[in-house]
Amino acid sequence: MATAAEHQTARSEADQAAADAARTAAHTAAFDAAVAADERIEPRDWMPDAYRASLVRQIAQHAHSEIIGMQPEANWITRAPSLRRKAILMAKVQDEAGHGLYLYSAAETLGASRDELLDKLHSGRQKYSSIFNYPTLTWADVGAIGWLVDGAAITNQVPLCRCSYGPYARAMVRVCKEESFHQRQGYESLLALSRGTEAQHAMAQDAVDRWWWPSLMMFGPPDDESSHSEQSMTWKIKRHSNDELRQRFVDICVPQAESLGLTLPDPDLVWNEERGHHDFGAIDWTEFWAVLKGNGPCNEQRITQRRNAHEEGAWVREAAAAFAAKHGEAKA
Amino acid sequence: MSTPLTPTAPTATATALALGDDALVLSHRLGEWAGHAPVLEEEVALANIALDLLGQARVLLSLAGDEDELAYLREERAFRNLQLVEQPNGDFARTIARQLYFSTYQNLLYGQLASGDGTFAPLAAKAVKEVAYHQDHAEQWTLRLGDGTAESHERMQRGLDALWRFTGEMFQPVGGLDGADGTGGVVWPALRESWTASVSAVIEKATLTVPTGPQEGAWAAGAGRQGLHTESFGRMLAEMQHLHRSHPGASW
Repeated sequence: MATAAEHQTARSEADQAAADAARTAAHTAAFDAAVAADERIEPRDWMPDAYRASLVRQIAQHAHSEIIGMQPEANWITRAPSLRRKAILMAKVQDEAGHGLYLYSAAETLGASRDELLDKLHSGRQKYSSIFNYPTLTWADVGAIGWLVDGAAITNQVPLCRCSYGPYARAMVRVCKEESFHQRQGYESLLALSRGTEAQHAMAQDAVDRWWWPSLMMFGPPDDESSHSEQSMTWKIKRHSNDELRQRFVDICVPQAESLGLTLPDPDLVWNEERGHHDFGAIDWTEFWAVLKGNGPCNEQRITQRRNAHEEGAWVREAAAAFAAKHGEAKA
Repeated sequence: MSTPLTPTAPTATATALALGDDALVLSHRLGEWAGHAPVLEEEVALANIALDLLGQARVLLSLAGDEDELAYLREERAFRNLQLVEQPNGDFARTIARQLYFSTYQNLLYGQLASGDGTFAPLAAKAVKEVAYHQDHAEQWTLRLGDGTAESHERMQRGLDALWRFTGEMFQPVGGLDGADGTGGVVWPALRESWTASVSAVIEKATLTVPTGPQEGAWAAGAGRQGLHTESFGRMLAEMQHLHRSHPGASW
């Protein structure tokens, strides 16, 4: 038979649970109202655990993409064909490292740590954009990445400037400004090639042929196969569906390709008067999923280089920490 | 078209090439770090320094001729950079040792040039702000690595020791900077003294030992300035120039 004290405890636990549930319901209602009113959620605000987890995942993978994305372009820094192009490329790769830093900082406002996120990247538990698993085989690839890959990234990221989570939205404002600049430089670089010698023109066309479809895949799986989309749209992390953004990108690229004097490698690409959009051919989703699962042309190489840089740099980070501990300065 | 460079080239051109090649070659080496740095902040810092140096190189080479012809169409024997700046990156400590030696030199040299009114004063006045930052970066890392862990201490000492023999070349007078045009010139022995004092103080503060070996290798000091380089330099140029040379006359 339960004692009076035990009854008392049981009652207070039940009261506690009811109070917690009421508080969560109130928090949830306030959160939903704030999101509905297009207010920004800030780090100290209450937020559903799943919203926090979803943002950490998305922001971390975005940050990882910036730092893995340095590799295909850095591949050409030492071979850039003019000093002007070399300076532009170096500045771009530097900006990408900076974007990685903004984004890890944004993720840290949600309680994740950069070290833990990097560890997840290195161990394959978090992903990065599938586009960076393609190789840069010629100089023109650098221009094609600027035009198409940065172009796709901007199409994806501009709506993120209005994302419901404040620190992410603000990081995106800064990132988008710099990305737009890179994109114009990429376009201008391709234009120089397209109007250059026959060999340069052929190099530019070959690069566009290889980067076009992977760029379209950057918008993610079709809407009916996108696992996170619906919830992300409700939370206003995402504002548009994958397919909407992909369509917007195609519509932007077609006239740009024309003024570049280059063709897009899609025989089914045609203006559809009725829809007011371009129809385009089927994406090879088998390739997309293969790349995403680690079987693209450079997956192994990219992650190995990243891991090596991290592991070979361990003694440097340890030295900085030891020095900071001895001299009481902030960790480097 | 290859630009021939002979000791009879006008002095200002030869000077611009010497200083420009230093900046160009070191910038290239630092560019090799992209995507390989030990921490994200260093990706930014090393690329930033590389960009500053590339900017200096472009101004200097443009004083001497067409920047791209000079960078991409000269062969190894026509480059006038110090052997120090062409040394391979090695580990992070060796890169930092190279940065410490060179940025201290460049800061002192440009400081002197900026205070005069010679041909290079305006360039030096702008560049000295950048190189002061480079020197600070190198010093901070020398301290952290020297006074960090046993391993970092040992690596930093090794880097300093290995590159010491390339430091003497920095104090061989560069023609055109001696004030012969009536402007305040560089006083090389004083530059050497200031450099030695500055670098020694940092090395000692970092609990490391100032190297005591000769400051010249088997080549006479000044070899790089005369187009005599070390073996890895040719390979570096092969990579740097390959694409440009594959498309003669193309613009990019």
